[in-house]
Amino acid sequence: MLIFEHSRPGRRAPSLAPATAAAVDDIPAEFLRDQPPALPEVSEMQTVRHYTRLSQKNFSIDTQFYPLGSCTMKYNPRACNSLAMLPGFLARHPLAPASAGQGVLACLYELQEMLKDITGMQAVSLTPAAGAQGEFAGVAMIRAYHLARDDQARNEILVPDAAHGTNPATATMCGYQVKEIPTDKQGDVDIEALRAAVGPQTAGIMLTNPSTLGVFERRIKEIAQIVHQAGGLLYYDGANLNAILGKVRPGDMGFDVIHMNLHKTFSTPHGGGGPGAGPVGVSNRLEPFLPVPLVAYDGDEYRWITQQERPQSIGRLSAFMGNVGVLLRAYVYARLLGREGMHRVAEFATLNANYLMKRLQAAGFDLAYPQRRATHEFIVTLKRQAKQQGVTAMDFAKRLLDFGYHAPTTYFPLLVPECLLIEPTETEAREELDGFVEAMCQIQQEAQSHPELLHEAPHTQPVRRLDEVRAARELDVRWNPGA
Amino acid sequence: MSNTPDDLKYSKSHEWLRGNADGTVTLGITDHAQDQLGDLVYVEVPEAGRELQAQEACAVVESVKAASDVYTPIAGTVVEGNETLADTPEAVNNDAYGAGWLLRLKPADAAALDGLMDASAYQAFLESE
Repeated sequence: MLIFEHSRPGRRAPSLAPATAAAVDDIPAEFLRDQPPALPEVSEMQTVRHYTRLSQKNFSIDTQFYPLGSCTMKYNPRACNSLAMLPGFLARHPLAPASAGQGVLACLYELQEMLKDITGMQAVSLTPAAGAQGEFAGVAMIRAYHLARDDQARNEILVPDAAHGTNPATATMCGYQVKEIPTDKQGDVDIEALRAAVGPQTAGIMLTNPSTLGVFERRIKEIAQIVHQAGGLLYYDGANLNAILGKVRPGDMGFDVIHMNLHKTFSTPHGGGGPGAGPVGVSNRLEPFLPVPLVAYDGDEYRWITQQERPQSIGRLSAFMGNVGVLLRAYVYARLLGREGMHRVAEFATLNANYLMKRLQAAGFDLAYPQRRATHEFIVTLKRQAKQQGVTAMDFAKRLLDFGYHAPTTYFPLLVPECLLIEPTETEAREELDGFVEAMCQIQQEAQSHPELLHEAPHTQPVRRLDEVRAARELDVRWNPGA
Repeated sequence: MSNTPDDLKYSKSHEWLRGNADGTVTLGITDHAQDQLGDLVYVEVPEAGRELQAQEACAVVESVKAASDVYTPIAGTVVEGNETLADTPEAVNNDAYGAGWLLRLKPADAAALDGLMDASAYQAFLESE
């Protein structure tokens, strides 16, 4: 039920209203509205109950195991939240002079430095407000670099078919043609196809490593060499950085530009619509093009670096400094973990994924790449079950909800039929992983004895199986109480 | 078993092609392809006059599972795209070889169709996949 449906004319909730109305008398008449806005008219208690009920219907990392592959749904430590909400941070005005905000600038500067260290890049800009904006900034820098060298012919970005789905979209948004590079049977980039594809038209390649197949790209050095020799640059999509945090650095693999998803790898809240943060890191040759503002420190004072100092910058991506509240949470997270803790993130994320993979394999599930070790995630394919029992990956996913588990990512990557992409993350206990395996086994038994239980799932959730096709064909997301 | 009409040619990326009497070629995706994709929710077809290279992406089909490029196995010039699919993407699911056609093109080489698979070869290819 929508809150508008609780609405009755004249109902008010005044207990928190200001005692006196604000006197605003200088708005020009043509900007004043004739009709009051169509707000719901509800009592305070109705409002509290409505939103409390909605929050209870939510499926979230705070209530359930959430193994959504490639999304890194890990626990968000409460300390990060508490410290990022200190009054000094919350009350700071974004236009306050740097001298009045040395504390927050110090945190941002240190975060820049830590991200440089962790990724092996030469410089970092924190300002992209989410992963998509980070990708856009990264490819915009590749473009700016080639144009600054008057290298106009490079109009193509290579994207392996195991890369993140956002990569071709980003390249297209930045005005490039996209050429897809196939994957070999082992899940690595097809090197011969790559050799054949590079040339004077190659602006760069966008790679996710580990790839969305849940395996590490073993010939990354060779890939870097091939692309660099052709004059192209290497873009690292940080979606799967959790698997290698503190272990292998994209900068050492030969990448020229990377984006990181702090809402994944650095555990800022994720899945509630954000906000996210997608900092970008670059090698020396791309540094002049970094988006502004950046934070500088001369040993005495922290200050903003703006476009004036960086005339070749691709510019600003938002009015202020991206999502500072999110950056602060990531900063606290990194400080709490320390260098040793960062190593443990990758170790436990990988251990949990491999444990879950081996247990599911032993229980009779088919792996997409059984000969490969998992990174932080792995793929189960239900192709056999679809053929023999007529149950799909979607049926399994929906039935998992009834067992109290959020579904893994389904039907992605596109290379693997009827797939579940499973990422447990480092913050789950072994008992939780065992419970998930038991649920998968029980669903497998149901697929044989009562397949309709799967086809009609979920049975215990606030809503039943949604008609996704109709929702996409008749897209209608507007509530219009007047009409 | 997927439906694969005998009078059509097929590609490994699951397109079908029909040689028309006027020398043009009609292209769509096969019954197997629509079945794999599931219910389509969006179809994008090329504009008339566009020059296509062989193996070039020429249309987009999107289901709730995935968005996929459609490739033309032969080079040619687009004569028309099936604009009605913008409102009725389900036609590709319901009638892949009829109302669900995607585009018609004038081939650069009239003999190009000869190099493609016939129905029995495509059927064998599907079984080997």
